[in-house]
Amino acid sequence: MAVGKPTVEASRPGTLVHLPRPADPEELPDPRLSDVDEWGRSENIRQLARRLYAPFYNNWFRVEWEGLENIPAEGGALLVANHAAAIPSDAPVIMHGIEEELGRPVYGLADYLFKTMPIVGTMWARAGGVPAHPENAYRLLREQQQLVLVFPEGSKGPAKTFAERYQLRRFGRGGFVEIAMRAGVPVIPIAVVGAEESMPIMFKIPSAAKALGIPYFPVTANMLLLGPLLGTIGYFPAKFKLRVLPPVHFDVEPDQDRYSRSRVMDEAEDIRVALQETLYEMLKARKSIWFG
Amino acid sequence: MGKRVLITGLGTFWGGRVAQALEKDPSVEVIIGLDTTEPKIELDRTEFVRADQNYSILARIVRATQVDTILHTFLVVDSTRMTGRALHEVNVIGTMNLLAAAGAPDSSVRQLVVKSSTLVYGASDKDPTWFREESQRTSPPRTRVERSLIEVEDYLRDFAEDNPHVVVSLLRFSNVLGTDIITPISKALQLPATPCILGFDPLLQFVEEDDVVRSIEFVMRDKVPGIFNVTGDGRVPWSEVAAICGKRTWPLPPIGTGLAASVLDTARVCELPPELLDLLRYGRGVDNRRLKQAGFSYRYTSAGAVENFAEASRLRRTVGDSRPSYKYERDVEAFFRHSPAVVRETHA
Repeated sequence: MAVGKPTVEASRPGTLVHLPRPADPEELPDPRLSDVDEWGRSENIRQLARRLYAPFYNNWFRVEWEGLENIPAEGGALLVANHAAAIPSDAPVIMHGIEEELGRPVYGLADYLFKTMPIVGTMWARAGGVPAHPENAYRLLREQQQLVLVFPEGSKGPAKTFAERYQLRRFGRGGFVEIAMRAGVPVIPIAVVGAEESMPIMFKIPSAAKALGIPYFPVTANMLLLGPLLGTIGYFPAKFKLRVLPPVHFDVEPDQDRYSRSRVMDEAEDIRVALQETLYEMLKARKSIWFG
Repeated sequence: MGKRVLITGLGTFWGGRVAQALEKDPSVEVIIGLDTTEPKIELDRTEFVRADQNYSILARIVRATQVDTILHTFLVVDSTRMTGRALHEVNVIGTMNLLAAAGAPDSSVRQLVVKSSTLVYGASDKDPTWFREESQRTSPPRTRVERSLIEVEDYLRDFAEDNPHVVVSLLRFSNVLGTDIITPISKALQLPATPCILGFDPLLQFVEEDDVVRSIEFVMRDKVPGIFNVTGDGRVPWSEVAAICGKRTWPLPPIGTGLAASVLDTARVCELPPELLDLLRYGRGVDNRRLKQAGFSYRYTSAGAVENFAEASRLRRTVGDSRPSYKYERDVEAFFRHSPAVVRETHA
């Protein structure tokens, strides 16, 4: 390889103003061995995960969707849902369902905490998990037009005890609305019924959470019934029902530095209320926790 | 009149290779190379000046030679090379003296290119997947090399503000791989098995040696001011990097990793500095689009750089170091450059 071989630029050394040149037309060789993408997601591993998860999805939780047509087949969208269960069972259900039905990947935003955990963190990233950083969401939504799933309640959602089930927590500071505005994509709310009963928290031990450096330390009904080991992985077979609400479009210019704080908070609150009311409606219609 | 260029760190991979590249450029009239050690590669017309490591004679050299361009490649990013104190001396004090010389009232310097590293972003659990040039790091700098590079960049920012007539370019290189350069990562990839941290498989970026040299030449020639991340496209999991190199990985414990690394260091198995351990845990991604938008095109992707390195190390294992060894002899070099007996092509 001729290092530093004088190229075209050398013939005009006096040029002060930079003239943009067309990008190199030829593709560079990229000898990759795996299909792990730049976010750490691997479609092969997702496929394997979907194959392993399908029996739980179909036969254990018996997931039913409503309004899936509200999720676009192409283009970016920010999916927001209510969050529940001590170890949330809703994220895998939503990601599995949409990937199976629409055949397009879903990137799930979650707490950094995952990234610090050996093995779990790596598996989570390979399965489509991305640290919830505004810049990550923007790049996925705006530049790559992907589907991104976020739970605006954060860890306050799954930290709810059984007595507080289906009572939505605060939607953070509305950051998800601001990101959607900046990225110029709609927000699509998804109401999930069933997750709360799959692993309900009886009570929490704050001192244990503090000692372990995690947001909450739950004692679940599953642990009480199945023992501490099986109880942390064994979900109850609650019937899952999901309803996708119509997309919420924000009529604002994308790529602004700042959006009106009050507008952002109002939109976030409207979405929260819509989700909460949908949940009440679905619960009114639900005859049995186990059979829907 | 052509360019008059001063290169710091001529004895290192960076300075030596850049000088070699500039020698082929007829628009570069004079190349002066500064270092504490002699150049390790053969150079035709570069003038070597021995300096102490913090360049106290630099102001004199700049005045005497009237250089218009300084390529500051002598920033140490490999903390296994020297003690923390020496590293501070070279990076911070050296750069301070260099900027003082370049910014003197009667200075002839009009362009300054500084090589930094993406180490300035750190590597932590709270990082965005991609750092842009203006992104802030999310964790306080823990290691001496990171602190010194951040200090250097601060000085440089002040310098650029105080000297608007000087075109200042700051290049932040990710992990460099290639046929020549030796870094803690390249050494780790040449062990019989490659160290990793149990349960972590971070995504890494690499930039090939040739792209390093070409990017320095590019910003110099096109006079592009600003800060630029320099790295090949794409991100490769560490396990895949090892696989491309045909190596297995062996895991260090995720808890007490630093302790395990210091045991390996003491046992002289391999040196894994703390900043590399952070990288092997969390990885790092930087956005390389700004330099591409400025007109630079890479010849290697991240994976391409790894494969090129793997091929080079396989070749070296089979045939040994194929390049002729070179030893700098002062009187010989002086003869070729200055004796009237030598017929020289004129660069004009």
